[in-house]
Amino acid sequence: MSTTLSLDGRPIPFTPGQTIMDAALAAGIYIPHLCHNPDYAPHGSCRVCMVGVGGRLVSACTTAALDGMTVESNTETIQSTRRSIVQMLFVEGNHVCPACERSGSCQLQAVAYYVGMLSPHFPQFFPQRPVDASHPDFMIDFNRCILCELCVRASRDHDHKRVFAVSGRGLASHLVIDSPSGLLGDSHFAASDRAAQVCPTGAILPKHRGYEQPIGQRLYDQAPISVVGDLRAQPGGE
Amino acid sequence: MLSREVSDVSAKPRVATASLCGCFGCHTSLLDIDERILQLVDLVDFDRSPLTDIKTVGDCDLGLIEGGVANTENLEVLRAFRRHCRTLVAVGACAVNGGVPAMRNALALRECLEESYVRGVGVYHPGIPRDPEIPLLLDRVHPIHEVVKVDYVLPGCPPSADTLWTFLTAWLSGQPIAFPYTQIHYD
Repeated sequence: MSTTLSLDGRPIPFTPGQTIMDAALAAGIYIPHLCHNPDYAPHGSCRVCMVGVGGRLVSACTTAALDGMTVESNTETIQSTRRSIVQMLFVEGNHVCPACERSGSCQLQAVAYYVGMLSPHFPQFFPQRPVDASHPDFMIDFNRCILCELCVRASRDHDHKRVFAVSGRGLASHLVIDSPSGLLGDSHFAASDRAAQVCPTGAILPKHRGYEQPIGQRLYDQAPISVVGDLRAQPGGE
Repeated sequence: MLSREVSDVSAKPRVATASLCGCFGCHTSLLDIDERILQLVDLVDFDRSPLTDIKTVGDCDLGLIEGGVANTENLEVLRAFRRHCRTLVAVGACAVNGGVPAMRNALALRECLEESYVRGVGVYHPGIPRDPEIPLLLDRVHPIHEVVKVDYVLPGCPPSADTLWTFLTAWLSGQPIAFPYTQIHYD
């Protein structure tokens, strides 16, 4: 049975069971997203993939596609809502792009460019968060964590290690590491883990390298993420 | 609205610039427009700016602010710019969100000063400077929009010469400001 939804007026075929995001990705239409990665169960936490359905905003990654559904995505109203969401992600952490090795190849930054963010607009929280450099191969800068839980899902569902979890509620939510000391170096985390490869920001970074690509040649320097695609979808990965 | 609203149409628009808690990189980027600076000086008059060495800001059509607000002098300069400039623009990462200097916000001011002037490597005559000539540091570095109303922002560390040129030419001609993809970046 062929089923179709309408995305910004364009008919998009899908198979029952797919989400709006699945259908859009399969049709090659970009809906901005940060916590979504097709390799893992949808999470719906970043809210960047908001689309309009029946006059309401829903997250495309967790909403099932339905036959005859009318979905709005690329409208100024929705882009402006997404922009506010991304701005809130920026002010909640400490995202100092000029001092981050991921800059230029960062999905958070690329999505912010895509939604037209010129400044974070809201008052900066300037939270106090640590950097964990205890692991020999990888470091974690909690200042850059947006709680997308991709590392949590990759470690649990692919690596079968459960190295990461999110603890706390609301503003106190934060990433924790399963080790006696709470440090990455004392956990079962390994550089070969999938969890090491899925971070959409500069929060989980390999050590002993950095700023390898010159400005102008980085992933999102010349073309937007809607054309280039996700960081993790690149040939060879990161 | 980013309109010049010049009362005397024969007069060239006046532009003032200042670097607060920045590195002058944004000003260097402005100079990086190369020979286009000859066009610019035909189109505008510069008021207070490191380029003119004028020390006080007069009534201007446009104020470009580089850097965040880290000390009492930054506050004074920023407020003077806001009083005198019809349109005030945050130029560069530090003005927009505090930038690299704001990384000290995670630490207490005393810790920062003691690390630099008391416990720092190679420090002799340890002691936190307290000369009255030195502006007092604020406990935090602030983006400029936390202190005054800001009319427009140009991100980048620094915004490229082309970004600044796109902005200036659009502003001068009264056209909507629109940048090609490569001209907006946060680093």
